[in-house]
Amino acid sequence: MKKANPQVVTGLIYHDKSASSPKLNALFIHMVIILAGFAMIYPLLWLISASFKPNTEIFQSISFFPTTFTFENYSQGWAGLSGIGFDKFFANTFFLVAMCIIGNIIACSMAAYAFARLEFALRKLWFAIMLVTMMLPFHVTVIPQYIIFNKLDLINTYWPLILPKFLAVEGFFVFLIVQFVRSIPRDLDEAVKIDGCGPIKMYLYLIMPLALPAIITTTIFTFIWIWNDFFGQLLYISEIQLYTVALGLRMFLDAMGQNSWGALFAMSTLSLIPLFTVFIFFQRYLIEGITTGGLKG
Amino acid sequence: MEKLKSFWKRNWVGYFFLTPWLFGLFALSAIPMGASLYLSFTNYDMFTSPVWAGFENYSSMMQDSKWQSAIKVTISYVFLGVPLQLIFALSVALLLNRGIRGIKFYRAIYYVPSLFGGSVAIALLWRQLFGREGVVNVILSHFGIEGMNWIATPDTALYTLIILKVWQFGAPMVIFLAGLKQVPVELYEASKIDGAGKWKQFLKITLPLITPVVFFNLVMQIIAAFQAFTPAYIVSGGSGGPLDSTLFYTLYLYQKGFGHFQMGYASAMAWFLLIMISILTALVFVTSKKWVYYQE
Repeated sequence: MKKANPQVVTGLIYHDKSASSPKLNALFIHMVIILAGFAMIYPLLWLISASFKPNTEIFQSISFFPTTFTFENYSQGWAGLSGIGFDKFFANTFFLVAMCIIGNIIACSMAAYAFARLEFALRKLWFAIMLVTMMLPFHVTVIPQYIIFNKLDLINTYWPLILPKFLAVEGFFVFLIVQFVRSIPRDLDEAVKIDGCGPIKMYLYLIMPLALPAIITTTIFTFIWIWNDFFGQLLYISEIQLYTVALGLRMFLDAMGQNSWGALFAMSTLSLIPLFTVFIFFQRYLIEGITTGGLKG
Repeated sequence: MEKLKSFWKRNWVGYFFLTPWLFGLFALSAIPMGASLYLSFTNYDMFTSPVWAGFENYSSMMQDSKWQSAIKVTISYVFLGVPLQLIFALSVALLLNRGIRGIKFYRAIYYVPSLFGGSVAIALLWRQLFGREGVVNVILSHFGIEGMNWIATPDTALYTLIILKVWQFGAPMVIFLAGLKQVPVELYEASKIDGAGKWKQFLKITLPLITPVVFFNLVMQIIAAFQAFTPAYIVSGGSGGPLDSTLFYTLYLYQKGFGHFQMGYASAMAWFLLIMISILTALVFVTSKKWVYYQE
């Protein structure tokens, strides 16, 4: 009987090893992930710290902690240029974003409801065309669009940026909501129909409330894309009164050049805060949106 | 008449809900597409009426050395940037997909560069990071390497933009992670019994099973990369310099159309872009039958 002992012991040792090595392994992986993650967001951390450094210090050090901590960059940047400050640019951008969100929610959910729940002639054809438009580069339509908006005298207004949203041009969102509405059980439709609800009431009181997660995802993506958009804004807006944050930053760069990187970084940091806030609170919807439909850029 | 009435009755609700989209399709997509095709065969400056020019825009485009640079720059950006970005995204996804704790937190951290990456603010930051006195050079000097102005050097300027592209690996990473979750664990266990190593498991199990996700990411990122604009515009100050080394196709199109008001030429460029993207996407689709593996 005693002869069996060594075997048990070796077994134990073996067992111990396998128990501790995954732990060590996991610790190692955590370290790698944290270090790599730090390297990834290093530029952002540097940006934030630079925005609190005096201009003379920005280019001297890669350290995060300013030797002299200053808010001057923020006050200088916030004042903006030629009497128009970043408060105006932020207000403009929030207005633009809000209008685009409203447009996308109304128009895309209407189209999505039609595609997902209603029967009508040529439905499949229109749906296929919608999928194709998702892949279309913006540039094949932008020149005639510009000519049209110019003829309508709408250059230097927000209409060229907002109107397309009210016409559900962003196929991605239609697709996203279609996918979601299809997952809502049809039994509910039947129940509501028996209660005497027509298709319009069904859209307003059944589908829209139940599709709320997809609507939130649409809102978040619209927010991020419009906030980050530059091409459209550059094209249609040249009057400084109407400048968005992106255009304001560009103008700042052109006008001040190398002399006021501090103010430029301060405003850049501020311009990222709304994005980050949305991300923190609605991360779940963002991740869901990316995995359902993929993401541009 | 009766027929029409009943047709109307069956269809009006659907078309009622589709109206905004349909109107947008015709007014902002279909008709403009046709119009830009027509304009691409004309000379048009927006102030006088278009003058028919046949294939002139297309032929002068091919001989335009700036256009050739734009093609070269854009192709390099797409063919280097997209694969590097996807390889990076997959590596990070594999690193995160090990059943460790806090994966949601880590995923969020790694996604942040994607969230900000397309903005003007980050393009501005890039201009500083890779400038003469930028952070990159400061870091390099600690290793005794003498830096240079990466942005102002024609040979390196494009690479700074490719690095920016790769840095925005978050979206494909999230999609890879979702794909990796679908791979059945039993397969790994079975192959472990058969004595397969990690690398072999990756090549024989993981990679084939996530090819649909690779395919999806590839198509989306190719389409997006061809249309990149903001980083090149901001980093080069709108010029596409130095020596056209960051003259993205869309940037040149912008200069031609909205700087010089050569709308016909710019339309021809836009249609060439559409055809180029379509051919490349079609190629990926056709070859996908050979390398994308669908279960069942």
